[in-house]
Amino acid sequence: MSEKLTMKDFKTDQEVRWCPGCGDYAILAAMQSFMPELGIERERIVFVSGIGCAARFPYYMNTYGMHSIHGRAPAIATGLAASRRDLSVWVVTGDGDALSIGGNHLIHALRRNVNLKILLFNNKIYGLTKGQYSPTSELGKVTKSTPMGSLDFSFNPLSLAVGAEATFVARCIDTDKAGTTEVLRAAAQHRGSAFVEIFQNCPIFNDDAWDFVRDDKEGVNRIGLRSGEPILWGADHEKALRQRSDGSIEVCAASDDGVLVHDAVHESASLAFALTRVTQETHGGTPVGVFRDIERPVYDELMADQIETAIERRGPGDLAALLESGETWTIA
Amino acid sequence: MSSKPVEQVSQVIVRFAGDSGDGMQLTGSQFTSETALLGNDISTLPDFPAEIRAPAGSLPGVSGFQLHFADHDILTPGDAPNVLVAMNPAALKTNIRDLPKGGTLIVNADAFNERNLQKAGYAANPLEDGSLDEYQLHTVPLTTLTVGALKGVAGVTPREAERAKNMFALGLMSWLYGRPVDATEAFIASKFAKRPEIAEANLKALRAGYAFGETTETFAITYEVKPAKLAPGTYRNITGNQALSYGLIAASKLSGLPLFLGAYPITPASSVLEELAGYKQFGVRTFQAEDEIAAAGAAVGAAFGGSLGVTTSAGPGVVLKAETIGLAIMLELPLLICDIQRAGPSTGMPTKPEQGDLLMVLFGRNSESPVPVVAAMSPSDCFDAAIEAARIALKYRTPVYLLSDAYLANGSEPWLLPDVASLPDISTTFATEPNFDGEFLPYLRDEQTLARPWAVPGTPGLEHRVGGLEKADRTGNISYDPENHDLMTRLRAQKVAGIAGDIAELEVDDPDGDASVLVLGWGGTYGPIAAGCRRVRAKGHKVAHAHLRHLNPFPRNTGEVLRHYDKVLVPEMNLGQLLKLVRAEFLVDAVGYNRVSGLPLRAAEVAAAIETMVSA
Repeated sequence: MSEKLTMKDFKTDQEVRWCPGCGDYAILAAMQSFMPELGIERERIVFVSGIGCAARFPYYMNTYGMHSIHGRAPAIATGLAASRRDLSVWVVTGDGDALSIGGNHLIHALRRNVNLKILLFNNKIYGLTKGQYSPTSELGKVTKSTPMGSLDFSFNPLSLAVGAEATFVARCIDTDKAGTTEVLRAAAQHRGSAFVEIFQNCPIFNDDAWDFVRDDKEGVNRIGLRSGEPILWGADHEKALRQRSDGSIEVCAASDDGVLVHDAVHESASLAFALTRVTQETHGGTPVGVFRDIERPVYDELMADQIETAIERRGPGDLAALLESGETWTIA
Repeated sequence: MSSKPVEQVSQVIVRFAGDSGDGMQLTGSQFTSETALLGNDISTLPDFPAEIRAPAGSLPGVSGFQLHFADHDILTPGDAPNVLVAMNPAALKTNIRDLPKGGTLIVNADAFNERNLQKAGYAANPLEDGSLDEYQLHTVPLTTLTVGALKGVAGVTPREAERAKNMFALGLMSWLYGRPVDATEAFIASKFAKRPEIAEANLKALRAGYAFGETTETFAITYEVKPAKLAPGTYRNITGNQALSYGLIAASKLSGLPLFLGAYPITPASSVLEELAGYKQFGVRTFQAEDEIAAAGAAVGAAFGGSLGVTTSAGPGVVLKAETIGLAIMLELPLLICDIQRAGPSTGMPTKPEQGDLLMVLFGRNSESPVPVVAAMSPSDCFDAAIEAARIALKYRTPVYLLSDAYLANGSEPWLLPDVASLPDISTTFATEPNFDGEFLPYLRDEQTLARPWAVPGTPGLEHRVGGLEKADRTGNISYDPENHDLMTRLRAQKVAGIAGDIAELEVDDPDGDASVLVLGWGGTYGPIAAGCRRVRAKGHKVAHAHLRHLNPFPRNTGEVLRHYDKVLVPEMNLGQLLKLVRAEFLVDAVGYNRVSGLPLRAAEVAAAIETMVSA
């Protein structure tokens, strides 16, 4: 690269059309300011999205981009990433896009460990279709489509991701630029699929859904996860987490024995899963940061390796020889 | 060679029928290989159930393989067999209705026990009750003879010995028609290389069957079918799905683009995925997706990145890909969708052919969403059709449908190998520089083709965003402008319609040029329609035949051809889909001949329909 890129280089001339106060603005700004740090030329970065408010994201990033079809971005991005290993491919999705109509594509992209960075903007509501409940809306949620309350038990996106064999699972908050940047950095460095849930506020249809962590200036509700460090939280780091003998997690005092030391690189997914079950409702606190970050062979590398091996073994494909393979006969 | 008298015949149609576990497909394809190597023209029709192993001995479990071979060029696997080999009562029951009176019937007598007869619904043993008197019946205790021949082969269980009876049958048939068995012997040796005792058992059974023919009094004469006078060159036997796979690899080579196949297993398309997965040395990427939608999506993603993106399926899968194809229409990116048509709505009859998807591929999407359609006419033609479909997709930056069907997919015929150097150049260029005043406008079209530039990620300075929302002309920015939408809708339609100027004109086979009846077909019915026309002409009637490779757009002279004839007959394996199109498009009072049986049209029925029209 001849000159260092700046945040400005990643802005497009398109007018940003999210509602005033939408959490997407903060995420976009964090992303645009983080991008130069990647050290990758703009032309080698691609944003792929599905449908929904979040899906407008690619139009505002001055990179290559595709605004595709509802829920299908992980599948489309898989084809791109698997055939173009030189690219940095990012998927931007929402809770309806990723977990409802696109749930199947999401889990398969994660288990394959395709080199994709998947950012799920979770606002617990359908925004673009104007306010129906989503797969992350809480049970009983009253919305336009559920006047007597939703009957659906909600998904925990991170539990789903861990269960789908994701090799990288993290969470951040739209307004927390430092935390978001840190998570984006770790996701970018990860080899394979990285899944990031971003708590994102929809001021129109589900305002204040994440207030308990968004407005949590004192840090009483955020539980910061740092691999290798004890999990301490609260205004004075007086609280901690520890694991019960059944694997589940409970809140304890920082001074108690057995305080859990976070281990994002642990081979077993059990700890990461247990941490995803720690919620505001059940534990009075919400973990943010990197839950899991392990190494596993990457799909597109494996695919390229097979091609290389086939060429080594059989030589590069020869069309005439292919046509003549099998039994042939000649008529004079 | 046989010491018995040899009778010359010009053509034979053999059908092997047995239980799904009897190895009939293997027997049929080996007999085909032997026959192909002798230089006969051949055409085959495997006909098997969707069930992998339906209950043994049951009617739904019957699997068949029909082979037509001749000393002249032939067009179909034949309407009815001359020889039926039935390995059990169920196979006899389901196939005997196709054997004309006087036909040769060879049955495995051992399988006609009470239990099997009951399963096939026979109250009495047809081998004993005189019901088969009108056929040349040869009852052969195939199982007993096979097991007997394999006595002393070490390490082979009685069950394994019994299973070699298909090779005994193949040996017997090879003797009857003077086919050398060398190729089959080599095949057996390689197939069972890891289990030499099984290889030995199969070889022994094969040779025992051959020797049995030679010595038994059941068969008095053998038959000889001389090689066919085919065009000079090197031939191989090929199925439609193989030819399609090779065509896709060729298209990748000829375009200079890596091939990316997204597919989900589905009958009868899976063998394309399996075949291509074996050719990674050509840089082929095969992606077995989580579903049909992802298969198409991944192909679009790969196309965005500069690959030749292909997705293969059958109707029930293609219907799921509709939204992705709509996206590809809006993105104006090349994409090849291969629909190996099968019979029926929903799951229908997965292993049987039909032409029921034509209107779906033309119109089965929301809004005005034109897609070019190319159809293959024979198993080997799938090769050329694939290259042609890829050519259109790449040149016009559009999704293109390639239609095949279950008959073409599994049927086989000799293929005169093309000279690779003679294959068309379908190379394409990526945009590398700004195209308007220092700017890059992703929807600034080529004036002639109306195709937009293809700028792939990795190209500096051409960063741009595409998507499913309506685009502003030239810039590709999101636009809700009414006039722009009308313009873009028309431009997309014009682009596809304009392909008519870039495809071959519709050729008519009208030997004397004075027929008044035209038979118009498309796709996989080429063989039976052409054969039907030959029969009608052999009776002294005149008939013309035209066959459409391009269903959208139609060749530019199609209307002219249709209006040139007094009457137009459109035979199809559906209820009249092309018929509707030509009537609507050209205001021609065409008449359909339609049969939707899950079997290829028969030459005889097409001939009868033509004769009715010619004589009316």
